[in-house]
Amino acid sequence: MITTLLYSLTGLILFGMGFFTLIIHSHPLRKILAVNVMGTGVFLILVATAYIPLGQGEIDPVPHAMVLTGIVVSVSVTALALILACRVQETSNITLLKGTKQSEDIKETGA
Amino acid sequence: MSTEKKIKGQTRNRHRRFDAYQLLFLCLVFCLIALLGTILCTIPENFPGLADTVASLQEQSGVESPVTAVLLNFRGYDTLLEVMVLLLAVIGVWSLTKAPVSNLKTDISPVQMGVVRLLTPVLCLVAAYLVWQGSHLAGGAFQGGAILGAAGVLLLVSELDWLRAVPAFVLRIGLILGPLVFVGTALCCLFFTGELLAYPKGTAGWLILLIETVCALSIGLTLALLFGGGRPEDDVPD
Amino acid sequence: MIFHVDSASWIIAPVILPLIAGLLCFLFNRKIFIIALAAALANFLVVCFLIWQLLNFGPMRSYIGGWQPPLGITLRTDGPALLMLLMTAITGLGVTLYARGYFSHRISDPVRAFRHQRQQRYFWPLWMLLLTGLNGLFLSGDIFNLYVTLELIGISAASLAALSGKPASQRASFRYLLISLLGSLTYLLGIVFLYRTCGVLDLTLLRNLAGNESGMGAALALLSVGLLLKTALVPLHFWLPPAHANALAPVSVILSALVVKASFYLLFRFWFELFAPIVTMPALNFMGTLGAIAILWGAIQAMRQHRLKLMVAYSTVSQLGYLFVAFPLSRITEGAEVWSIVIFMALTHACAKSAMFMAAGSVYLHLGHDRIKDLGGVRASLPVTVFAYGIAGVSLMGLPPSGAFIAKWMLLSSSFASSQWWWVLVIMTGSLLAMIYVFRVMSQFFVIPEGDVLDTPEPLSPLLEWPALILALISLFLGLFAPWPLHILSQGSTGLALIFPGALP
Repeated sequence: MITTLLYSLTGLILFGMGFFTLIIHSHPLRKILAVNVMGTGVFLILVATAYIPLGQGEIDPVPHAMVLTGIVVSVSVTALALILACRVQETSNITLLKGTKQSEDIKETGA
Repeated sequence: MSTEKKIKGQTRNRHRRFDAYQLLFLCLVFCLIALLGTILCTIPENFPGLADTVASLQEQSGVESPVTAVLLNFRGYDTLLEVMVLLLAVIGVWSLTKAPVSNLKTDISPVQMGVVRLLTPVLCLVAAYLVWQGSHLAGGAFQGGAILGAAGVLLLVSELDWLRAVPAFVLRIGLILGPLVFVGTALCCLFFTGELLAYPKGTAGWLILLIETVCALSIGLTLALLFGGGRPEDDVPD
Repeated sequence: MIFHVDSASWIIAPVILPLIAGLLCFLFNRKIFIIALAAALANFLVVCFLIWQLLNFGPMRSYIGGWQPPLGITLRTDGPALLMLLMTAITGLGVTLYARGYFSHRISDPVRAFRHQRQQRYFWPLWMLLLTGLNGLFLSGDIFNLYVTLELIGISAASLAALSGKPASQRASFRYLLISLLGSLTYLLGIVFLYRTCGVLDLTLLRNLAGNESGMGAALALLSVGLLLKTALVPLHFWLPPAHANALAPVSVILSALVVKASFYLLFRFWFELFAPIVTMPALNFMGTLGAIAILWGAIQAMRQHRLKLMVAYSTVSQLGYLFVAFPLSRITEGAEVWSIVIFMALTHACAKSAMFMAAGSVYLHLGHDRIKDLGGVRASLPVTVFAYGIAGVSLMGLPPSGAFIAKWMLLSSSFASSQWWWVLVIMTGSLLAMIYVFRVMSQFFVIPEGDVLDTPEPLSPLLEWPALILALISLFLGLFAPWPLHILSQGSTGLALIFPGALP
């Protein structure tokens, strides 16, 4: 009982953290990661839900199947979002990964 | 150097200026989550769920694992649409961009080659085992497909560019094979029993294994192609 | 026998047909338009058949896999679901033809012919799978299955929105994908709360269970927020105009006419069917207020736009508001009226908006731009398109005999009847503003450009002009045939059954 609740609340907190990051940060990669964290939170609550009727028999398989479906969907969307973010980066001047480009900019202004 | 420091200072200032809004928003999100958490705690935990229903119908489902029974028999329609979601992601990715050409033409180290030689068959074996095991334990098409996808990714990162070697038409056949067999089986069931995906008596176990095997192949290919990051060169005519 | 005319197995056809067509469109490289057209036609015929079936044999239920609820997934037909299906089928057929004309025209242009060939090659499978998702959503009777269909719609819609390859469209599509994912996750969290409270996923069973009040309330709030994000109600509309305006013309039509309606339809079913016992008047008023803001804000933004497609996209934001204004009027009027108001609005808006986007797309193809102030002379070269735009505009404004007129009339009469006169003001102002933004473009069409007359470009293919006109005419004359859709609506609408419990079959 208390374990289920603990997992559920953790899931909710993950959901909230993901949501906060998604809104606050403008970086595409962070947004994608944030959405993934949110998804993980929901899946955690679902898995915890499956254990509630533990006393009456076995574990509820329906939430398990739902989690599996959810994971597959989340993988697909993440892949698509990543490629889309790459395309956006190629066609505009948003840097996806803080790599060489930004530090070079700073060096140039410094010089 | 001083300019650099100045720029850094400016960015820090900018961050500080937005902090008030961020804090406000953080409080808002916190309150929302706290509210949802409280509600979650107050929901009485005495609902029956569907566990007993699944358990009572388990024998008719043709498989021993309850999760597989739910996925491919009781709620098979969801799984069919889910396989379509995966395929859709590949179509979406292919519509966006070409697969990047790796410009590393250096020789691959013999150690890595050895690992790939060793791991690829093992991965395939594990995938087959997971699919087979799905009927009575945890496992199934998605798990097996994920392992197969990992094998495909391993080959791709080892400069064994099967993405370019295999004609696009073959890749497309491989991608839609799983969904097509799934839909085909569903329609056959419709003809024989009058309901979509209602497996005829006694055949459920074998049909589920067939669907899982073919879907695992397609899912593996799908995941590897998603990693490939775009359509093959010869996918669009001309 | 399975395929008797009164068999429930036919319900599955609108999902399976586009699904198979989508797979085949992806597999083959050539002649894919034929496959898509065949699927769209077959879909239309099957939907007509299902309506006939509904009128003769009543609502149907199909238990997939032969498993009854609570375990299995149910597909069901009733009045509202079938009217939405009909809307999808008609608009879908129009879009299929228009898209053919659109791509043929662009491919015939040797500049960047490859790019347009590529766009066409991926458009058809994505569109067919989107159709699968839409039909699946309207028919589904299982709350988790609805989540899967929502995802199917979200992913294909985002891919379609990015298809044009322009940086602006890809940025808009990225945002659209994230928003749609955020909406889906919130929806999924709502499902979790619902499952915790009730322990079932089937909509009919959920309706009959009186669960824990606060759990149900949280579930309703989460489901609604998720769906509102996807429906783009003000203030969650920010993603819609760039995504719709930067997409290819056939894609704009699909997104604006069909995709936003799907999540709205769910929202409506939830509020008036599933959660009707716990919905309170303040909540309904809140939705109505958001709708009112949407009407005014969308219209004002539409007036301020310099590009035709952006103007039409903001007009979508505004028109979606009317659908929500019907919410607070529901308690007072009889249930039948709310359903008919909303479904009528959705139907006319789908036809009129698709006609308008098609016209805008044709104008863009013709002129190479869609700046409103430079639209002069279009009337002379594209008379059919301009006519279609005008008629669609009449429908958007809600002049008689359009379906929107009937719907607005019902809205007005019920707000008078319930003495909530402030909605009247909003609706009238919205119509006036719509008139302004429609005529602002219309007047430009009739301007004869000074000096050098455009060297007459080759005329557009009839596929680019006539679907728009036919859809616009349908939306115009829907008002005259109002009793017919109303009759369909009254057949086994579960919303009615809830309000008049005696009407349950």
